[in-house]
Amino acid sequence: MTAPLLAVEGLTTEFATKAGILRAVNGVSFEVARGEVMGLVGESGSGKTVTGFSILGLIDPPGRVTGGSVRLDGQELVGLPGGAMRAIRGKRIAMVFQDPAMTLNPVLSIGTQMGLAIRAHANMSEAKARQHMAAVLTRVGIPDAARRLDAFPHQFSGGMRQRVAIAMALLHAPDLIIADEPTTALDVSIQAQILAEVKSLVAETGMAMIWISHDLATVSSLAHRIAVMYAGRIVEQGPAVAVLRQPRHRYTSGLLASLPSRAQPGAELVQIPGAPPSLTALPPGCAFAPRCPRADRACETLPAMTREGQRVHACHHPVEAGEAA
Amino acid sequence: MLGFVIQRLLQAVVVMLVMSMLVFAGVYAIGNPIDVFLPANATQEIRAQTIAAYGFDRPLWEQYWRFLVRLAHGDFGRSLIFGMPVLPLILSKLPATLEIALAAVLVGTLLGVPLGIYAGYRPNSPLARLIMALSIFGFSVPTFWIGLVLILTFGVYLGWLPAGSRGDTVLVFGVPFSFLTWNGLQHMLLPALNLTFFKLAMMIRLSRAGTREIMLTDTIKFARAAGLSERAVLGRHVLKLISIPIVTVFGLELGSTLAFAVVTETIFSWPGVGKLIIDSITSLDRPVMVAYLVLVAFLFITINLLVDLTYATLDPRLRRGRTA
Repeated sequence: MTAPLLAVEGLTTEFATKAGILRAVNGVSFEVARGEVMGLVGESGSGKTVTGFSILGLIDPPGRVTGGSVRLDGQELVGLPGGAMRAIRGKRIAMVFQDPAMTLNPVLSIGTQMGLAIRAHANMSEAKARQHMAAVLTRVGIPDAARRLDAFPHQFSGGMRQRVAIAMALLHAPDLIIADEPTTALDVSIQAQILAEVKSLVAETGMAMIWISHDLATVSSLAHRIAVMYAGRIVEQGPAVAVLRQPRHRYTSGLLASLPSRAQPGAELVQIPGAPPSLTALPPGCAFAPRCPRADRACETLPAMTREGQRVHACHHPVEAGEAA
Repeated sequence: MLGFVIQRLLQAVVVMLVMSMLVFAGVYAIGNPIDVFLPANATQEIRAQTIAAYGFDRPLWEQYWRFLVRLAHGDFGRSLIFGMPVLPLILSKLPATLEIALAAVLVGTLLGVPLGIYAGYRPNSPLARLIMALSIFGFSVPTFWIGLVLILTFGVYLGWLPAGSRGDTVLVFGVPFSFLTWNGLQHMLLPALNLTFFKLAMMIRLSRAGTREIMLTDTIKFARAAGLSERAVLGRHVLKLISIPIVTVFGLELGSTLAFAVVTETIFSWPGVGKLIIDSITSLDRPVMVAYLVLVAFLFITINLLVDLTYATLDPRLRRGRTA
């Protein structure tokens, strides 16, 4: 097996808050191979976004990465000095955020913003930079791109804005794109378009992607592998088809069962009882135990990661084949 | 755009009319200015003649009407003290005020904005704390006190700089300016410095608050995720985003300094319009007071118009009729 593009091991990110140390990312490990799309799934507050920012070294105080390692092609990124990390951001690892209305600067033309992103990593003449920007914008499906470089973000629709943001991430043909819920703020029909384009982009360019989402449906249409996060930890990880068809962790099976598309028409929607625990007061054992129908004394100790072929899970009472979740 | 400007100018006319009425009524209420400048031994006859000559015996509405008619001919009246037409009188004092006011607001902005951005960018650094202490000082210590300290220090003890009056001037397009001569610049330095402290403090606070807020937004995180240097993040993204409040305050400060640099001009006996208005108030020089305050209203309207036009160039969302 070839070495992975990105290897995250035991990544831990903590925030010092008034209520105490908040461990938003708690010993997260996963790998992403070249050309692979990994779906990082979890509820709001499960730590998936913070994981993305931790990889890029973009955690603002009072937060900081307190442990673990992130290796890109073998190069350690945790603890890398600012300048060296900046050379990687946007160049080798790019990021797309949730809401393009919040991420693009409203008072700079998109040509100016993309130009800044280009010049962060390359010396390019103005004419050549514009040519390159227009080419990338055209590739993400923006018509008449050369002319629209002088337009401002508010002159684009939500879907077009997100295409611009994706184009900015593509400028330097990065090895990895971290996409943090990039379709959440969009209409369903636009979501589908963007998903289709991202899919073909990944296939064409061979870049890897971490697709962060709370939406299992989007992830299932895109990801090769899925990692499920709960309360800062990865609780289950494996090939997408396997995890979705035959979940082992009871949180994953609960999530799948609560998908509206799986409900019988007219029947009540299934939901996971209770709410995620506070990250400053985690139970000593399995964090999901208070909400789990199968929890018992064994769940008061932290379940170890159990490897089963290509997949891993952390559950004392994994869901068995044929068992109703 | 043209319609916008015309609409604003019409508004300006209304505001100036209302302003002139208020000032006129207010000045009328203060009392008869004749007694202030007639010699104490003037006869009753001379007194009545003078009053009639200026029209002060007429009812208020008639005096106001005459004022308006003369104003329509571009005549603001004659100063009771200087005996010359008011408009040239005010215009002759304006360059002196203009140069210290502009110097103070410009220096305050060009220095205050970078300092404020730094203080907002690294709010916990010792330098940022020093900057903020400086701005509290500039805000809370009264102008007249700083002025006196400046005079005592640089004018009296050290003797480095002249402590009052305007220095040599040079005519530029027929307007006398002193900042182009060495002697004039020396005279200008202390009064301009005195005015600068408050502007500086204000610009520091404003830029710091804007920067702190913007640094936490996703716009900045996205720019950093693209690998932009901190210099580019601050110089391009942050500066452009905080520029709108800065332009607003720049306009307001320029207007109020031009109109009311009274304290500084008095302390440094700077022959500007602020000193003119305070002198005409003490001598009840009615035409000067009225004309001055109407012109101040005009000044503010003009500055606000320019500020609004600047907004449109700074914030594309405010431009109308342009969609891509």
